[in-house]
Amino acid sequence: MSAIEHPLPFASWESRGFWEGAGRAELVLQRCQACDLVQHRPRGVCAHCLDDSALTHFTASGSGKIYSFTVTEQNQAKGFAEACPYVMAYVELDEGPRMLTVIVDCEPGDVAIGSRVVADFVLQTRDDAEVFAVPVFRLS
Amino acid sequence: MTATAFPRGAAIAGVYEHPSRFSPNKTEFQIMAESAKGALDDAGLQRSDVDGLFGASMSMGMMGIVDLAEYLDLYPDYLDGTNIGGSSFVAHVTHAAAAVNAGLCQVALVLYGSTAASNSMAIGTGGTGGSRNPDAAFSAPYGMTTVGSYATYANLHMDTYGTTSEQLAEIAVTMRQHAGLNPLAKMRNPITVNDVLESRMISRPLHLLDCCIISDGGGAVVVTSLDRARDLAKPPVQLLGCGEAVQHQGVGYSDILTIAAKQSGARAFEMAGVKHSDIDLAMIYDSFTITVLATLENLGFCPPGEGGNFVSNGGISLGGTLPVNPDGGGLSSNHPGMRGIFLVIEAVKQLRQECEARQVPNAELALAHGTGGTIGDKHSGATLILGVDR
Repeated sequence: MSAIEHPLPFASWESRGFWEGAGRAELVLQRCQACDLVQHRPRGVCAHCLDDSALTHFTASGSGKIYSFTVTEQNQAKGFAEACPYVMAYVELDEGPRMLTVIVDCEPGDVAIGSRVVADFVLQTRDDAEVFAVPVFRLS
Repeated sequence: MTATAFPRGAAIAGVYEHPSRFSPNKTEFQIMAESAKGALDDAGLQRSDVDGLFGASMSMGMMGIVDLAEYLDLYPDYLDGTNIGGSSFVAHVTHAAAAVNAGLCQVALVLYGSTAASNSMAIGTGGTGGSRNPDAAFSAPYGMTTVGSYATYANLHMDTYGTTSEQLAEIAVTMRQHAGLNPLAKMRNPITVNDVLESRMISRPLHLLDCCIISDGGGAVVVTSLDRARDLAKPPVQLLGCGEAVQHQGVGYSDILTIAAKQSGARAFEMAGVKHSDIDLAMIYDSFTITVLATLENLGFCPPGEGGNFVSNGGISLGGTLPVNPDGGGLSSNHPGMRGIFLVIEAVKQLRQECEARQVPNAELALAHGTGGTIGDKHSGATLILGVDR
């Protein structure tokens, strides 16, 4: 068992705030100041207002609790096959929305639905030596 | 929108399940063509009668339905290549019935074919596509797999309601019992609850035997007007109700225990004007054991959290409260990537009383529900309620 090698995320104009935030070790979410919706995943518009006029980014607390999870024992994808077993989870952030993530540095048996978790940021190096950061969570 | 009665007047006139479970020497389209012949023969129709073409597959992309028409040298008046995952063919039957009722076509052919097994396709544990896929931008970096997503559902269900691995295993055991009665089924040796629990863990709490098999295969369904079907070779099976729905992560607040079946099923029952207790058998997409439990609850066959009891003690066996998947389902008969078409085919054969050892006696009303995509993440659901002609 070795650490997960996260594949390079597909970052677009829409998700740039999230991934750039990760590079600063910040968990960045979007809030629409017109309707107060906090949304994840990021979009180019507020999904409810269908426009971007009041869409802002903010740094979330990085705290939340596990909504559900699985201990993945088999995944043939590169970067994950050697890392099995690993804990993949939906974390319900204190700001509201849930996000898919992994829970790192834990005994799978210690993870439970409802467990409090906190964000951490794993640095990964691309083939071309560029470094990028992936938000993950650990038990708090 | 409130569902109104589905305009009666469309029927399934022919079906065919390709007998193959492993076809390394065939292509998807070849399996579809052979299935088309089988279903047209079943209905007593000719290739030249077909004026509506519906289909989807694991590899058909943009223009796929046009490629399929070319392969078959067909020139239909109506085309529909809707691909909403494994439920697509259940939805195609609805779309075809609507087109027939609207007079847009008269004889619609719904096709599926796949060589998932002979291509050694890793469907459940292959990871979430490429990380360069925008769709997977927030799942590929986190090692999402198909089975992993269903496992998050199963884990939450267990935590919320006390559902057990033994109860999920009962579903696999029942499907295997049914498969033993189906000469075409791929896995026919009986298994026990212990066999399931002792099989390799894939994504906790789902074991290997909680997962569907991977096979090759395909099938075809012919939809036409009830009037025309009455003059054809086999007794017509009527479309009484239908529904389609999606469930997904939305903007991050979705209750994952509520699946698309809740919305599509409610509409189908309302349209058909029948009660759950009227249904003689249910064909439920069984990609995993948890899929069956989740679907039965969300369709309303039992209250949320009662699924574990509902499926235990032979509840979904032939002779049980609600026989589910008498063919053995995707867990034991066949699962060539997208299984929806077999839900329709088996329901029709059951309503025509053609199923011999696995026949639900005097079946008059059947429900078929297909799930496409992944429960726990994003998925589609399509429900049909089918009945004998009377």
